[in-house]
Amino acid sequence: MLQEYVDRKFRTDNRPPVDINLIKDKVAIVGVGQTKYTRDSGRDELDLACEAIKAAVDDAGLKMEDIDGFDTFTLDRLALPMLINSLGVPNVKFSGEISGGGGAGCSVAMHAAAAVATGQANYVCVYRALNEASGQRYGRGDSYAEYMLTAFTPHYGYQWPFGFVTPLGWAGVWGKRWMYEFNITREQLGWWAVVLREYAQNNPDAIYYGRPITHDDYMESPMIVDPLKLHDCCVDTDGAAAYIITTVERARDLKQIPAIILSASQSSPIEQEIQTVYNRPIISGLVETWYHGQELYRVAEVDAKDISVAQLYDPYSIGGVLQLEELGFCERGEGGKFIEGGDNIRIDGKIPCNTSGGLLSEAYLHGWNLVIEGVRQIRGTSHNQVKDVELSMVTGGPGVPSSGIILRR
Amino acid sequence: MAEYVQGIPIMRPYIDQDNQGYWDAVKNHKLVFQHCSKCDKYHHPPRPMCPSCHSQDTLEWKESSGKGIIYSFVMFTTNKMAYPAFKLPYAVVLVEMEEGVRITANTHEIEPDEVQVGLPVEVMFEELPDGQTLYRFKKREA
Repeated sequence: MLQEYVDRKFRTDNRPPVDINLIKDKVAIVGVGQTKYTRDSGRDELDLACEAIKAAVDDAGLKMEDIDGFDTFTLDRLALPMLINSLGVPNVKFSGEISGGGGAGCSVAMHAAAAVATGQANYVCVYRALNEASGQRYGRGDSYAEYMLTAFTPHYGYQWPFGFVTPLGWAGVWGKRWMYEFNITREQLGWWAVVLREYAQNNPDAIYYGRPITHDDYMESPMIVDPLKLHDCCVDTDGAAAYIITTVERARDLKQIPAIILSASQSSPIEQEIQTVYNRPIISGLVETWYHGQELYRVAEVDAKDISVAQLYDPYSIGGVLQLEELGFCERGEGGKFIEGGDNIRIDGKIPCNTSGGLLSEAYLHGWNLVIEGVRQIRGTSHNQVKDVELSMVTGGPGVPSSGIILRR
Repeated sequence: MAEYVQGIPIMRPYIDQDNQGYWDAVKNHKLVFQHCSKCDKYHHPPRPMCPSCHSQDTLEWKESSGKGIIYSFVMFTTNKMAYPAFKLPYAVVLVEMEEGVRITANTHEIEPDEVQVGLPVEVMFEELPDGQTLYRFKKREA
């Protein structure tokens, strides 16, 4: 089982050629919008979603009535009809919700892209609104029982009775094993947090704008769940974000430089659960990240070395650093060494990562803010603009059914 | 380790047709895993079809030796991410059983600094005041 992954040979030595792909080079992200990211919005999620969607539609140079499709997470608590009623969208021809939590961070883009590529809709709005900081928290145990009664509930029965109810704990188990097998140290992990916080200092929209940290601050920060310290964890956020997807052909008549989707992929390998992925031959790696990464490269016909900038879904530092290994930016087990000192992921490094501050320091908007930053890097409008960006990668969360996209100009 | 705070309910497993046998066995102080008699393979969590041979009638419950080693673990040290029914600190260990299956649980009489990858452990059972039966892991001779 999962021998392809264990050997890491599948589709790397000999990738099957791209036979047919209706998304590649034919679909683009043409508008982005977001609310202010805060720790207490004082508004409901529907209100936030409307603001972000209107901003995305305006950014694209579209009219609200052009929108005929919507996509989001199953985790989103908005009722789509209420959203439609508020926005004044006359008719929705395509809608979807994807499970798997943050892993679906790019699946939603892929599904929207598939809808426009196949003519099921013309302009799909991909949205997410959450009062994570002030309202009911995804990441907190005290509200979990009520919140997560989903189809995944039976597998959580093997975890919940043991006071094991939070994503940080579940991920800590595979993180700890990775650190054990490869001698990854907290000193090394700290650089991920420090560099992302540096990026946030240039981004006025980031929650941690104006609040820099040093590596010493990281080391002195309290342990939350051993092996993860406070600064290893994402920043609970209130806010909403949205983007609009349409065909490249339609994009030509719109306002912005389109961020063209070169490839989009999803992966849910066997023995998948929501982060409690403990019955795989290897747990010190991210099987779904490796698979979706291989598919991204296969369809795009590129490799890690060709990627100019990456936004890797990082609900905690270990998830970000391990993705560097699985996506081929460094060797297996070398993630710790790779980020030592931080230069490799800084703006002129080998692979600048999470240039808006990421989920740790910009906002935990379930990856929507990462997609938007990926688009800004293509447009040339990032607060931490990487020079001569050709390919901009964005990924979904680790340890859950995951996803990714590669954007180009 | 892993002592309870009185008055806060311990969450219960969601029991369905696929995992009923597992939790019934726990109630009887036995640890069992789903096993395919045709493939001679264990599968955990239990499921309605053997993913190797696609049979739905060769799945059986096989009792575990109850012995394993700590494969990985986390230690809850602050109330931020812990479940409030537990006194801090408490560990959740991932144990690789002799059958090759890995399961998580709390520990019994293992000090925080003794919880390490590779520690040999064995299963034990406890009756909770709310009537449910759970398992934990305690140290054993290697």
